[in-house]
Amino acid sequence: MISGNSSIRKTDVINRRMFIIGAAKVIIFTGIIARLFSLQVNENKKYLTLSDKNRIREWKLPPIRGDIVDYFGNVIAGNLKVYQLHIIPEQVENFNYLLTRLKTLLNLSDKKIEKIVKSKNKLKPWESIIVSENLSWSDFLKINNYLYDLVGVKPVMTISRNYPFSETYTHILGYVSQPNEEEILANETVQERFVPGMKIGKLGLEKTLENYLIGTNAIQRYEVNAYGKRINQLEHQKGKQGLRVRLTVDTEVQKACGKLLNDRAGSISVMDIYTGDIIAMYSSPSYDPNKFLFGISNDDWSLIRNNPLKPLVNKTLAGLYSPGSTIKPIVALSALENKIVSPSFKVKCTGKMELYGQTFHCWKEKGHGFVSLKNAMKQSCDTYFYEVARLLGVDRLNVTAEKFGLGKKVLGDYFDIEKSGLFPNTKWKKNNLGKGWVLGETLITGIGQGYTQTTPLQLCLMTAQIANGGYSIKPRIIVDNNTVSFEEAKNKFEEESLFSEEKKLFENPKNIKIVQEAMFSSTNELYGTSYKSRIDDPKYQFAGKTGTAQVKRISMRERELDLKIEQIPYKDRDHALFVAYGPCINPRYALSIIVEHGGSGSKTAAPIAKELFKLIIDRNDLRNKQKNFEEIEI
Amino acid sequence: MFQHDRLNNELTFWQKVKELDYILLISIFLLSILSLFVMYSTDGGEILFHTKSHFSKMVVFFPLMILIAFFNIRWWHNFSYLFYIAVILLLIYVSFFGIKSSGSRRWMDLYLFNLQPSELMKIAIILCLAKYYHRVKIENVNSVTSIMTVITIILIPIIMVLSQPDLGTSILIASSGLIVLWLGGVKIKYFIYSFIVFLISLPFVISFLKPYQKLRILTFLDPDRDPLGAGYQIIQSKIAIGSGGLEGKGFLKGTQSYLDFLPEKHTDFIFTLFSEEFGFIGSVGLLVLYSIIIIRILRIGAISRSNFSRLFCFGFAFAIFIYIVVNLSMVLGLLPIVGSPLPIMSYGGSSMLATMIGFGIVLSAKINHKQMIA
Repeated sequence: MISGNSSIRKTDVINRRMFIIGAAKVIIFTGIIARLFSLQVNENKKYLTLSDKNRIREWKLPPIRGDIVDYFGNVIAGNLKVYQLHIIPEQVENFNYLLTRLKTLLNLSDKKIEKIVKSKNKLKPWESIIVSENLSWSDFLKINNYLYDLVGVKPVMTISRNYPFSETYTHILGYVSQPNEEEILANETVQERFVPGMKIGKLGLEKTLENYLIGTNAIQRYEVNAYGKRINQLEHQKGKQGLRVRLTVDTEVQKACGKLLNDRAGSISVMDIYTGDIIAMYSSPSYDPNKFLFGISNDDWSLIRNNPLKPLVNKTLAGLYSPGSTIKPIVALSALENKIVSPSFKVKCTGKMELYGQTFHCWKEKGHGFVSLKNAMKQSCDTYFYEVARLLGVDRLNVTAEKFGLGKKVLGDYFDIEKSGLFPNTKWKKNNLGKGWVLGETLITGIGQGYTQTTPLQLCLMTAQIANGGYSIKPRIIVDNNTVSFEEAKNKFEEESLFSEEKKLFENPKNIKIVQEAMFSSTNELYGTSYKSRIDDPKYQFAGKTGTAQVKRISMRERELDLKIEQIPYKDRDHALFVAYGPCINPRYALSIIVEHGGSGSKTAAPIAKELFKLIIDRNDLRNKQKNFEEIEI
Repeated sequence: MFQHDRLNNELTFWQKVKELDYILLISIFLLSILSLFVMYSTDGGEILFHTKSHFSKMVVFFPLMILIAFFNIRWWHNFSYLFYIAVILLLIYVSFFGIKSSGSRRWMDLYLFNLQPSELMKIAIILCLAKYYHRVKIENVNSVTSIMTVITIILIPIIMVLSQPDLGTSILIASSGLIVLWLGGVKIKYFIYSFIVFLISLPFVISFLKPYQKLRILTFLDPDRDPLGAGYQIIQSKIAIGSGGLEGKGFLKGTQSYLDFLPEKHTDFIFTLFSEEFGFIGSVGLLVLYSIIIIRILRIGAISRSNFSRLFCFGFAFAIFIYIVVNLSMVLGLLPIVGSPLPIMSYGGSSMLATMIGFGIVLSAKINHKQMIA
């Protein structure tokens, strides 16, 4: 029984030790259940999110840009259906065969084929390669006809930006194109909504208003497997088209401006003198923004870039010109306001003026004889304005000029290329050039030469503010919530100017009247510099001031030669300028015209105004009747 | 003596049928059925290769279990050393002629399925040691010869399995062996000493580990270290289990497995899929089913007259427990990833064969629980 005893003792040991493990088992199982509980119940939400993140992949589609319309609601930057050709590599049976087929069908270049192969190697097999972004309708049909033979090819219809008036609005709207990395990173909204193939504004309002125009992405959700392959579509979230932006610009006038400038280098601005609405703003020559949408070809690009007339420069906002004689209304007004001269003050013009041994010439060699303010303005007598400027001094002139908008940006932040120009004073010269002001400089400032630099739009604004009786207006190009009719705006001026000094740009309303009358005579009276371009019909009658800005000093020899414009090299020819407002009775619109190297203002610029005023005033009724159908808050 | 002889008499066939542990049998059957459904789900809701194969193995191994049960436990006692030696021979065979797959040589081709002898060793070692401690006198259990003998019995298969290499299985073999040592009465202090020695030698052991094994340990310590590489399995597994929630996503609706985010979902990570689809409630239910099986085995051990049966049942119950704990801890991110299947649930013929043999011997012990073994 010893073995039996041993066996029983052994059994006891086994049982005791089993009991210990049994307890350990219970504890461990409890631990595992606790872990399960913490994962599945406590942290369920976290893991559920992670699991959804695993399986659900979102595909953002490019947002649809908001339309830009003109004052009358015509779409000037819209969206167009375009046909594209995609290849989905994983569906392709024979890639080389497909490429040779496509090559012959669409006349693809070898370079393009190379690019396709390259992107095929870069992309995942279920991601589509864009073979053509903008397929012509005939090519699209061709592809559809041969689709049975082109396994893996997908014709796609998508939406792309389109500028129906091509070059008419280029400098206002700019254009959209594929952004580079920096441009994506520079704008948070773009960064957030960017998808390959999306285009963003590169220039002009398309760029400035990017965040309003961009729209929101449509989102497609797919369930994907661990390898990223789409298994099935879950839901579709529609995107919102970007906001619609309405401009104050009138397409007809804008088009006319382009036509009148006829590819000469120059610019035209037209403005409502009460509301500040910009009716037209054209910089010439222009170019077709549609060419940039799908990447401009090298040939087209170099043609634009190398054009000596500089189509890439927005001359209305970034072109800086000496105002020439168009500054004279401001000089006259400043002198009157500062009580330096009276309307009856006369200067004898002998064709030149001597100052400290330096000769300052009047454009009319023989001189104008005794001239009053009105006659000096009418015939644009330089000697008179030399004398007035001398008496006035540049600092007082500067105050008036800046009041009327010279030397600062007109449209503020809407165009980053806009330049502020310059109207000098003695302090400016001291600070910037480190030299003292010379009286001779005052004289040439008085006829709009020298340091003064203005943009065409500044001159337009200056003219508008003289035309409206000397009240400050805030020019705008976008129709916003602060839209008022011109009568309201007109009435408001006088009301507001009672309370606000800034609104009123003059001391004595009579002075404005005198300048207006002088401008009237310059166009509508015999011997006026723009008399030839006048319109007698009071409905269209306008008042203006010509300007001829020298681009280089005229030497004595050249002065004696008295060359005809054709005999001077293009680059040395004077800029032709003209500012005007109309109609003379109850004025509504002001404009400024610049033709670079166009010769004299009266011969080249003023006739354009004559054509333009007819159109503008004819369209005035239409404009007044136009309801404010939609405005956005910008 | 008369009584003694009577008890040693063979039972009739119907007596044996009557003596089967039906609760255990039903639990195993339920688990098998459940495993078929889960396998069906891993095949994406279709009866494909894994489901068919799992089913056919079940059809073979379930009757095999009953057959084993009908052999007298004494027969298994006598057969124990031989079985151990046979499996050792198989291991030797495999290390020379085995099928190589993903860097390790563990399998031998049996035409019907590939046998993994190391899985059989999990049972063989328990059988062998149970017999050893059944026979050795309690006074001699802690003698040097005895200790050296059992250590040799354990170390030989472990070294062979480690060299395949297969860390997971060798850990399971080691723990199965150690638990029989513990039950057999080896002094606690030896366990404590060897544990201390193990801790001290751990750094050296780690230096012998294969780079991928070290990586697994590092990954276990910080799964987010390399979420798309080494940590991928454990992260996806936790996501699947965690997203299952209380009630689960529903049968065949586990997105993690359906969309192929789960690695090795047929084998080691089968619980992940189960837990994703059946949630916390289902998981606890599965654990309860396993617990019933373990408790039944323990009960059989407790009522067994012979210490061999007792040692085997307790040892096997513990082994099952360890398999479950290691597998679950692994998929729950509580342990590093070592290859260890979940008994019955995981796809794999050898594992199922070994488990079924174990159940068969337990059932045999139940049928013959009054039997004494000399």
